[in-house]
Amino acid sequence: MLVPVLFGITVVVFLIIHITPGDPAAIMLAGSPATDADVAQLRHQLGLDQPLHVQFATWVWRALHGDLGRSLALRSPVLPEVILKIKATAVLALGALLLSVFLGILAGVVSSTKQYSLLDYLVMLLSLAGVSLPVFWLGLMLVMVFSVTLGWLPASGMHAPAGGGTGDLLKHLALPAVTLGAASIGVVARFTRSSMLEVLRQDYVRTAQAKGLSTGTINFRHALKNALIPVLTVIGVQAGYLLGGAVLTETVFAWPGLGSLILKGILARDYPLVQGAVLFVACTFVLVNLVVDVLYAYLDPRIHYQ
Amino acid sequence: MSAAAPVSERTRVWRRFQRHRLALIGAAMIAGFIGLGACAPLLPIADPYSVDALNTLQPPFSPRHVLGTDEVGRDLLSRVIWGARISLIVSASAAVLALAAGVVLGLLAGYLAARADTLIMRTIDVVMAFPYILLALAIVSALGPGLVNAMLAIALVGIPPYARLSRATVLGLREQEFVDAARVAGATDGRVLRRHVLPNVLAPTIVMFSLDIGAKMIATSGLSFLGLGTQPPVADWGNMLASGRSYIAVAPHLATFPGLAMFLTVIGFNLLGDGLRDALDPRLR
Repeated sequence: MLVPVLFGITVVVFLIIHITPGDPAAIMLAGSPATDADVAQLRHQLGLDQPLHVQFATWVWRALHGDLGRSLALRSPVLPEVILKIKATAVLALGALLLSVFLGILAGVVSSTKQYSLLDYLVMLLSLAGVSLPVFWLGLMLVMVFSVTLGWLPASGMHAPAGGGTGDLLKHLALPAVTLGAASIGVVARFTRSSMLEVLRQDYVRTAQAKGLSTGTINFRHALKNALIPVLTVIGVQAGYLLGGAVLTETVFAWPGLGSLILKGILARDYPLVQGAVLFVACTFVLVNLVVDVLYAYLDPRIHYQ
Repeated sequence: MSAAAPVSERTRVWRRFQRHRLALIGAAMIAGFIGLGACAPLLPIADPYSVDALNTLQPPFSPRHVLGTDEVGRDLLSRVIWGARISLIVSASAAVLALAAGVVLGLLAGYLAARADTLIMRTIDVVMAFPYILLALAIVSALGPGLVNAMLAIALVGIPPYARLSRATVLGLREQEFVDAARVAGATDGRVLRRHVLPNVLAPTIVMFSLDIGAKMIATSGLSFLGLGTQPPVADWGNMLASGRSYIAVAPHLATFPGLAMFLTVIGFNLLGDGLRDALDPRLR
């Protein structure tokens, strides 16, 4: 499955430049004092003057060798630029993922063990709000409260201008990570709750109760362990979502990651940059999902992949 | 004792829905925004595009401007109400397009020969392999920024879940006796699909659809927020948030109200969708 999907991804990313209405080379140079000869030269440089299949084969061959082309706006190769920015995006996505795993599971367990209590309703309400919040608005509101009004946390960037250590990074990370993670926290909480509710009705949980085990031991050692298996799939999906959803969050907080880079590429009509970065993220996304599938089989011995 | 009159499935679903308080609240919220958006030209509010250089960035509750004014003195209340119109139309259109294309593809994949099935479903797998927003961004980058292109991009990346759901439903239906009966009675494939399969596919897809409009609203507004969807000066919530962002320190109301309107609408759709799901299939609770 992996190879056909990766192949499909390359086809889609390759075609991006070809569904452009008009001549991509002319569009890319629009607004600059470029002559017809310049356009023709760029067309040649991008290989657009060759038959489609030759272009595709060349592009894939180069991508496999780590050459994602040259960015026109940055005047440098795409891959090093992408690798430079992926670190910032990874920090942001990881921060949001940790938040969503920790807070989401905690909220789900608490609300499932106290079903129909006030706390349960509160958790459900918050998780509904989480999945209904537009990330870019949540980000702006958090900036308004915590940066503008209270002055507790920085509103943008990844590091203080003078540089700083881990503490400084965490301070800059707090708002973007909460913003990006909010929806995932809600999703993980909902799934954990329903999965826990199912497990808590099982016979072995009643056996554990009958043996006189404490509620904490039953909930966390016996029930949660099994309830987490379906939750893991959701977390995997969320990991990919965070990678893609980072684009909006990065824009709000001027976070110097891949999302900002892709947006810059789009606004500058820098097709090689957009293609390279999108290809990179999509492949990462597929690999993340693969890791989750493998983990899934590892944690649940009933599942086998052929 | 009189025997209870037989109750049709439709009535039962309707009754279950009516008992679902949260769903009714959601429906009321959506009805409110749709009503406001639809009646915008009739309401006694200012012109959303009329600029007033002497009254820029007025705070909420100023005279004649309940929600204040924006950076060029346009009435914010009026722009939020007119924004409901555009934001709702764009997100609903994107969801309808995704639904229509997804259901058609799902029907074809589930009902036709194996080769069509493989081709369609493998393509769907590839589209799903991309993070949602990222592929939409890539498509908009190729088509060029703009309202219609943003809507098309969001619709296109939204097709796979509908296609998968309707295909799965069709695969279950194909073996059912009433479908066989229709075929034996001489109905063509087209007629069987239209008259017998499609109505059964619609129930689950409608639930997905009602939950999806909210997501589409966030996605299309997100593209507008990035400057790739609706363009200024159009009164659209995503667009208004983008310009409000620059004034977050001096005039936070510019970003607060359009976002709040969007948040409430999306909550409304999510509540409605949850209620529809519970009403149509109580086992899924």
